[in-house]
Amino acid sequence: MELKTPLYEEHVRLGGTIVPFAGYLLPVQYPSGVIKEHMAVRENAGLFDVSHMGEVTFKGETALSTLNHVLTNDYSDMKIGKVRYGMLLNDDGGVVDDLIVYKFREDCYFVVVNAANRHKDVEYMRDKILPGTIMEDISDSVAQVALQGPRSFDIIRKLMKEEDIPKGYYTCKEHVDIDGMDCIISYTGYTGEKGFEIYTANENAVRLWNLLLETGKDDGLIPCGLGARDTLRLEAGMPLYGHEMDDTISPFDTNLGYGVRMDKAEFVGKEGLLKRGEPKIARVGLEMIDRGVMREHQDLYSDDRKIGHTTSGTHCPYLRKAVAMALVEKEYAEPGTELIVDVRGRKLKVRVIPLPFYKRK
Amino acid sequence: MSKVLEELKYLETHEWIREEDDGTYTVGISDYAQDALGDIVYVNLPEAGEEIQEGDSFAEVESVKSVSDVYSPASGEILEVNENLMDEPERINQDPYGAWIIRIGNAELSDKLMNSTEYEEFLENEA
Repeated sequence: MELKTPLYEEHVRLGGTIVPFAGYLLPVQYPSGVIKEHMAVRENAGLFDVSHMGEVTFKGETALSTLNHVLTNDYSDMKIGKVRYGMLLNDDGGVVDDLIVYKFREDCYFVVVNAANRHKDVEYMRDKILPGTIMEDISDSVAQVALQGPRSFDIIRKLMKEEDIPKGYYTCKEHVDIDGMDCIISYTGYTGEKGFEIYTANENAVRLWNLLLETGKDDGLIPCGLGARDTLRLEAGMPLYGHEMDDTISPFDTNLGYGVRMDKAEFVGKEGLLKRGEPKIARVGLEMIDRGVMREHQDLYSDDRKIGHTTSGTHCPYLRKAVAMALVEKEYAEPGTELIVDVRGRKLKVRVIPLPFYKRK
Repeated sequence: MSKVLEELKYLETHEWIREEDDGTYTVGISDYAQDALGDIVYVNLPEAGEEIQEGDSFAEVESVKSVSDVYSPASGEILEVNENLMDEPERINQDPYGAWIIRIGNAELSDKLMNSTEYEEFLENEA
C-alpha cells in the first residue's frame, strides 16, 4: 500500500504521471515531460514535491554528542543556521544512509534522510543515541518542496522578508513566514542549481505549493517530477543512495570521503572503515564514445575483464549526451581511460571523465 | 487520448505497420507508445539488408526514463532504416506516424495484427 503526500491531488490535477517510489505515489513527470522540466531548472526554475523525504529531530543537552557519535561528519564547530552533510554507517563501514543535518539551536538539530531508508535509520539509531538526547521521527507531519533553478531567489523574494532568506549555500532559517505559514527554509538542493528546500506542516502543503507556482509563473517556474530530479542530480554528479552507495560500499569507495572525519576519536563504523584499509574502487563519470545510452547495473570491461559496473545512467538533457556514474577498480578511475560497457548485449566504448558532468557557472 | 490512424494495423506491443504504394511496408511505434515512453533521446537502429521474423525485436527506443524493444509486425527483409532518427529521435514524439523506423520488403504480416478499431478497444482496456 503506497502512501500519498499531502500534494497528491495537486499532482493528479496537474496531469502528473503517478508512480510508486519509496513507498509513496509521486509524479515521475507532468505533461511537459522530463526534458522540459529538466531545462526549466537549468534555465529558470522548477518546483518539486519531496514530501516523501524523512525528517528526524535530535534535541537535548547531548544532541551534538549523539550526532558526532552516530554520524561520519564532525558537527562540533557548526554554527546555528548551518547545514552539513553526513552519513550513517554500519559496523563494517558500509553506508546505511546519507543525510543532511540542520542546526537550529545548540540543543536542537533537524536531520533529513532518504525516504526509503527512514524506518531503517530510525531503528538503527534508536539504541545508539546517548542519554539526554530525544530523537523524534516527524516525517509524517512534515511536507517538503524544493524550489530549484537560477530564478529561485527572484521568486522567493516576492514571498519572504529579505532577512528571512538564507543567503549562503548550506544555510537555513527556521520559523520563517511565507504568507502566514510557518516554514523552515534552507539554501540546499539536489539539482546542481541554486535553490531552496522548504518544509512546512502537512496542512499548509497545498497552499504553499500553489502559492509558489503562481508567484513563479512569470519567472518560468513549472512543476517537476521524479524523472527530472534524477536526471538533474545525475548531470550534477550527485550520488543517490541505493545507486552510488549502499550498505556494502564505504564512503571512500564512492568518493564521499569529504563527509567522513577520521580524526574524530570514534563514531559508528569507524573501526569498520579502518579494517577496510585503502579503497580498491572509485566512483567515476563516464561518457559514451559509441552511440547509445547507459543505464544502471551495466557491466564495465577492460581487456575482456570485468572491472566495475554503472550505478546510474541516462541521456542528460542539458548536456545533450549519455553519461553514467560507475564504480570501477581504482586503476581504471583516471580520466581519459577507455572502457567497454555492456548495454543489453551490445559492447560499446566509453571514456572516464571528471565529475561533476555539469557545474553551474 | 492517443491518436490512432485508421489506415494502419497495430500490434499489442504498440507498433504500427503501413502498406505503401510500392507494396513495401513501413513500421513505427504508435502515439500511445511514444506518450508512454516520454521524451525519446536515442533509437538503436538495425542494418538494412537484415532478415527479420515477426515478433523479433529489431530496434530499441530509449527515452530519458527507460528503454523499450520495438517488435516487428511482419517477417521479411529490412530494405531501409530511417537514419534521420539517429540525429532527431524526438521526431517519434512529435510525429509518431510520420517518423517510421524501418521499411520491410517481401513482407509476410503477423496474424496478431489489429485494425484501428480493435487497437482502440485494446487501448481502452489497457488504460
